[in-house]
Amino acid sequence: MPSLVLAHTRYQVIEQIRVPIGLLASGLFPAIAMLAFAVPFVGDDPVASTLSMGSMMLVGAMSAALMGLSISVAMDREQPFNPYLRTLPAGPFPHFAGRILTTTALMVVSTLPVILVAGLFTEADLAPARLAAIVGAALAGSLPFMLIGLFLGLVLPSKAAIAVSQILFFPFAIMGGLMLPPQVMPAFLNAISPYVPSRGGGELVWWAGTGAAPDTLALVVLAGWTVVAGAAAAWAYRRDEGRRFT
Amino acid sequence: MTVLARTVEATRRYGDVVALDRVSVEIRAGELVGLLGPNGAGKSTLMNLFVGLRRPSSGTVELLGGSPSDPAVRRGIGVTPQETGLPEVLRVGEVVDFVSSHFPKPVGKAELLDRFGLGELVKRQIGGLSGGQKRRLAVALAFAGDPRLVFLDEPTTGLDVEARRTLWDGIRAFHEGGGTILLTSHYLEEIEALAERVVVVGHGRVLADDTVAAVRDVVGARRVSFDAGELPELPGVAGVQREGGRVHLVTSDPDRLVVELVRSGTPFSGLEIRPTSLEEAFLTITAAKEHAHA
Repeated sequence: MPSLVLAHTRYQVIEQIRVPIGLLASGLFPAIAMLAFAVPFVGDDPVASTLSMGSMMLVGAMSAALMGLSISVAMDREQPFNPYLRTLPAGPFPHFAGRILTTTALMVVSTLPVILVAGLFTEADLAPARLAAIVGAALAGSLPFMLIGLFLGLVLPSKAAIAVSQILFFPFAIMGGLMLPPQVMPAFLNAISPYVPSRGGGELVWWAGTGAAPDTLALVVLAGWTVVAGAAAAWAYRRDEGRRFT
Repeated sequence: MTVLARTVEATRRYGDVVALDRVSVEIRAGELVGLLGPNGAGKSTLMNLFVGLRRPSSGTVELLGGSPSDPAVRRGIGVTPQETGLPEVLRVGEVVDFVSSHFPKPVGKAELLDRFGLGELVKRQIGGLSGGQKRRLAVALAFAGDPRLVFLDEPTTGLDVEARRTLWDGIRAFHEGGGTILLTSHYLEEIEALAERVVVVGHGRVLADDTVAAVRDVVGARRVSFDAGELPELPGVAGVQREGGRVHLVTSDPDRLVVELVRSGTPFSGLEIRPTSLEEAFLTITAAKEHAHA
């Protein structure tokens, strides 16, 4: 079974690499945002630049998770190659596991341009252990977005999945305090911020980046979103299986 | 002979639509069976039941002694993807490797590609292949795992004559080596060229299950229609249908039938002779058979 997961992952990674625009899309935006909004203002402050770098790495990972997964899952369902895969001697698991592994790899890749910008133009802390902790936090904080992406991909056609995931993404990034730090956000945004999953993710990457104690409420809310999104994705998966393969 | 796949009274509904209606078919080892019928007849649904993509609403489907929904059972079969759905950015060799990795004893990339005249395209991206090359690759993938039983859905639709010959040769070679094949087509010509046995489906039912020669005779039939009352015994009539005062007779020799009709002195009017469609011919015969049994 693991060799089949590997085969499916390899096939999906090749598909992604040969059309690199998908790879770049999630990583470039946060790197440019870092360059335009963080470098000029906090570039020489090590703590503030590390916080900004963490936020932008999370934005990259979230974007790859939400948009990448929703679009690829929705497109999978539309490709006639997908039912063919189901006639091969493998259950649905290897393809699904490959999709998750490929998306995780893309999420990691999406954090790299931000690290590059931070390393070149800021005083951010780039110790390998620190970076590994931030990447880990960004992946963990993106989990509900992977599940939401999965849900959207399973219930929407690909064109709608692209639009809906983009519409959802920016409000989440802004309300989570990732584009503007919570300290300078308007009061009404700060009031709702702890209740969006991106804020919990932000708390995780800031914790990993500077050791600042995370807000407990935001973390509990993050866990809650993960459970709810997981249930929604599981429901959508069973519904899709029932429609197409029974 | 060993039965490799069978349906027993398999019915499949999609909502209110009955796609297959109590179909019982057996595919035996070493056979090359053609599944013939117009679009919407139930060919694809029957294929989907055999390869495990769909489950019957009632009845049973058996594949290689097990259930088609068991991945281990599917190691013994090969299926063609639709050529329009092949992953465009993958290279020919990569997609063969990917599919082969699912099987315990794959044929091997070079041998498989050579068999279908694709040997020189190993490194080409699928998106850059011609329609005919994609079709050949799609069919080749069905043979990648060295299967015992292969399902080919419309293998040569849209191909030119030469590409069709290459594909037919590949399919024949597999069959001569002892392989079993179920192939669908809506061309009688393709079935004639390849198959020994033909299963004709229409309206979700098996209309005929016979040798190619027997089916060809029926397809060559004409429909002779006229208005008449009581009919005498007429020669060469394969089926009779009545609609009010109108009589429809299916026959392979309409000239002789009309001569005999005139000779018998039976009054008739509105004589009309036209070729039957495959489906029409079988429906008439089926109706006649059911009438005889009743």
